[in-house]
Amino acid sequence: MTSLDSANQKPHAWLARQSRWSPLEIAFWLATLLPFYFFPTYLTLASQIAITALFAISVDLILGYAGIVTLGHAMFFGLGAYAAGLLSVYGWGEPISGLLFAAAIAGLAGWLASFVIVRVQHLALIMITLGLGFLTYELANAMTWLTGGTDGLRGIRTWPIFNYFRFDLWGYTAYSYSLAALFLGFLLSRRIVNSSFGLALRGVRENVRRMPAIGSDYRRHLQKIYVISAAIAGTAGGLLAQTTNVVALDALGFQRSADVVVMLILGGTGRLYGAIVGAVIFLVARDQLAGINPQYWYFWIGLLLMFVVLVMPKGILGGLASLAARWRGRG
Amino acid sequence: MIGQIAIVLFDGFAFGMLLFVLSVGLSVTLGLMNFINLAHGAFGMLGGYVTVLAMRQLGLPFLLALPAAFLTAALVSVVFERTLFRRLYKAGELNQVLFTIGVVFVAAAVATYAFGTVQQVIILPSWLRGSVEVFGLRLGVYRIFLIAIALAVTALLVFGLERTRLGAQIRAAVDNQRMAQGLGLDVERIFAITFALGSGLAGLGGALAIEIVGLDPSFGFHYLVYVLIVVAVGGLGSITGSFVGAALLGIGDVAGKYFVPEIGSFLIYLLLVAILFVRPLGLFGKR
Repeated sequence: MTSLDSANQKPHAWLARQSRWSPLEIAFWLATLLPFYFFPTYLTLASQIAITALFAISVDLILGYAGIVTLGHAMFFGLGAYAAGLLSVYGWGEPISGLLFAAAIAGLAGWLASFVIVRVQHLALIMITLGLGFLTYELANAMTWLTGGTDGLRGIRTWPIFNYFRFDLWGYTAYSYSLAALFLGFLLSRRIVNSSFGLALRGVRENVRRMPAIGSDYRRHLQKIYVISAAIAGTAGGLLAQTTNVVALDALGFQRSADVVVMLILGGTGRLYGAIVGAVIFLVARDQLAGINPQYWYFWIGLLLMFVVLVMPKGILGGLASLAARWRGRG
Repeated sequence: MIGQIAIVLFDGFAFGMLLFVLSVGLSVTLGLMNFINLAHGAFGMLGGYVTVLAMRQLGLPFLLALPAAFLTAALVSVVFERTLFRRLYKAGELNQVLFTIGVVFVAAAVATYAFGTVQQVIILPSWLRGSVEVFGLRLGVYRIFLIAIALAVTALLVFGLERTRLGAQIRAAVDNQRMAQGLGLDVERIFAITFALGSGLAGLGGALAIEIVGLDPSFGFHYLVYVLIVVAVGGLGSITGSFVGAALLGIGDVAGKYFVPEIGSFLIYLLLVAILFVRPLGLFGKR
């Protein structure tokens, strides 16, 4: 992406070239089908990973592209989960409309929150996202009559998808469903980041003060992407509620907000595949290591975080990309 | 009823003073270098465990364990600052946040490994236990002690910042770092000293906190949120701000949990978001 190349081209041609599919990407998405054949006993985990990856993508849109550092995005994930769960508890268990409902509720909350978000920067921004996250958690904790409180929301029944595909014990349906949602969410996000709107967001990330000077209304851009991100996070939460048939308070918890940022930094921020790769590595490692002892798992995660920030600030994918670039420059 | 309110105000103020000692260092270092140090609470936890060890293993009296907590936290923090944190001053806030969260994770795991997840208790000297009656109110002696220490710390800090050479240098560096550097001040050295003092105060706060809120490996995380609220609400680099913010939060927290226990914490976060919405720089923040 050197500026000299792009300056000589029509902007739309440049954008179109950016958004072309590479063989590596196609191979990646084909590889997501492998668990069906090779790890059929791990499909439940695979479904969790797909859901978390979708959540990570939603955070990447605002954190990696628009530069909004958030430590409270689980509020939208949890809102979506409770929205989809409650809809089902009160008698409408159709999954796809349930997901849309979850996205709409989370998007609405995101729209309301966005007015606060665009006003602040730096520490105040982190504190506001943190505060909003805790606020939602405490609210859900206090409204036991609606959310079930610490016992979690029970009695969710999800109807078969298209009235045909039942959710089975092994997770075939759950993984297919989550994977399809992840893919659609990815396509949408890919379209967004490769559009002129996506470029404007990167402009905001790089220099907020210059954007108004070139006539770009950065607050509206930020609000828009925040709402989109909230809706995608809500969809991910809805998926979790529908595939596991339970919503616990930890769907809203700070741990989830922090974990997703950790995944992003591991995979690499500002690239959609970074979100997915980070989610895969984080959850597979946790599945393998946490069985030993959850506390020591955080020891290793902490060390890994420090290492990544000091040595590979662009994450694993960013590190690989710069290695590849160096190798290509030599060859 | 009035007695209840007075007791809640007193307990809340004492809790607020504890939060003040825990958080004032972070406020000053944040104002100096804009370095978002989420590991500040972990240094508080370190101070707490040092106190427990000093009293149990070495048999030190409580009043000697407090300076030990201060010194250990200050020394350990300055080692971290010189070897690791200083590489991140120019990095983005996200990297600072993640790196220091990593430190908190590791600290919590190490504390669990060394001490287990149980709550630690210390045995206070007898003159700090019990309560006294003042104007018909029963006030905890330890809480009076806590308030006295916090006020002494405040007086020392204000005197140090307003009347000493180092204080003048710190104020200059907070106000305009480039200009201070241009005048020949060694801002890095000033920062290292401030960082050590601030983390030492956090260690002292952690030691004082054992009796009030207990000590377990999640301390670094749990009180981090309170500390950050104090700093964000009070405004960066302002001792007055931290003092007012801590008192507000302490009283609000105790009052909320006492009068409306169902939604007490909810109100605290609502207040946080509302204050930052109206004044993004905090109540006393200048920039």
